[in-house]
Amino acid sequence: MEILAALLGLLGGLLAGLFGVGGGILFVPTLVLVLGLSQVHAEATSLLAILPAVIAGAWRQQRYGNVDWRAAVLVGLGSIAGVEGGVELAKALPEGVLRRLFAAFMLVVAASLAWRAFRTKPSYSSRGDSA
Amino acid sequence: MLRLLAIGLVAGVFSALFGVGGGIIIVPLLVAVGGLGGRRATGTSLAAISITAAAGAVAYGFHGDLKVGSAALIGLPAALGAVAGVTLQQRLQTRTLTIGFSLLLTAVGIRLLI
Repeated sequence: MEILAALLGLLGGLLAGLFGVGGGILFVPTLVLVLGLSQVHAEATSLLAILPAVIAGAWRQQRYGNVDWRAAVLVGLGSIAGVEGGVELAKALPEGVLRRLFAAFMLVVAASLAWRAFRTKPSYSSRGDSA
Repeated sequence: MLRLLAIGLVAGVFSALFGVGGGIIIVPLLVAVGGLGGRRATGTSLAAISITAAAGAVAYGFHGDLKVGSAALIGLPAALGAVAGVTLQQRLQTRTLTIGFSLLLTAVGIRLLI
């Protein structure tokens, strides 16, 4: 189970690097379904697991000149205000409700990714690719 | 500037509520509202999420909900994966991958619902 969890971590990181998303959305179900954590513990732990992945990813993107640091810091600072509300909401919801909400969130994300892929001919992340 | 702070605020709520970085919200909003190009939006999103995720982990940490060993088990391989993913992103057409990712999320989402 530990090896499977580590492999899914690797996959989640790969998707995070490719799409700028996709770390946590795979970490949470991995922590729940593979390692047996509760939904709240999985969400908390996922946020910590995301850190090395996004720091490594941002460092690489920086080398390609793809980071607007002013925008990143402003978005990051704005998020700190929202985070506390999100934590309180997650803690207040019953476990089963939070888990179903998360599953619904996954399906919405899946639909939005499919929409993105079908709407744009070359996907958005390849736009402006001179290669 | 206010727009960027507002993007962060919305992303922060989703991030902490669902234990995700919030990139799925940040990337399209940076493109639509912030006027960034696609690849620049994903890079900027990753940098912003490092602040969001740290704030979320600290907030949950105060409640005693963090499992540090499990986080390391997943997060350290994920860092290697992220470096590989960013490198691949510079070279690949990601449309097929995006559809595959969407199908994967659908399957896992349904598994969590039942």
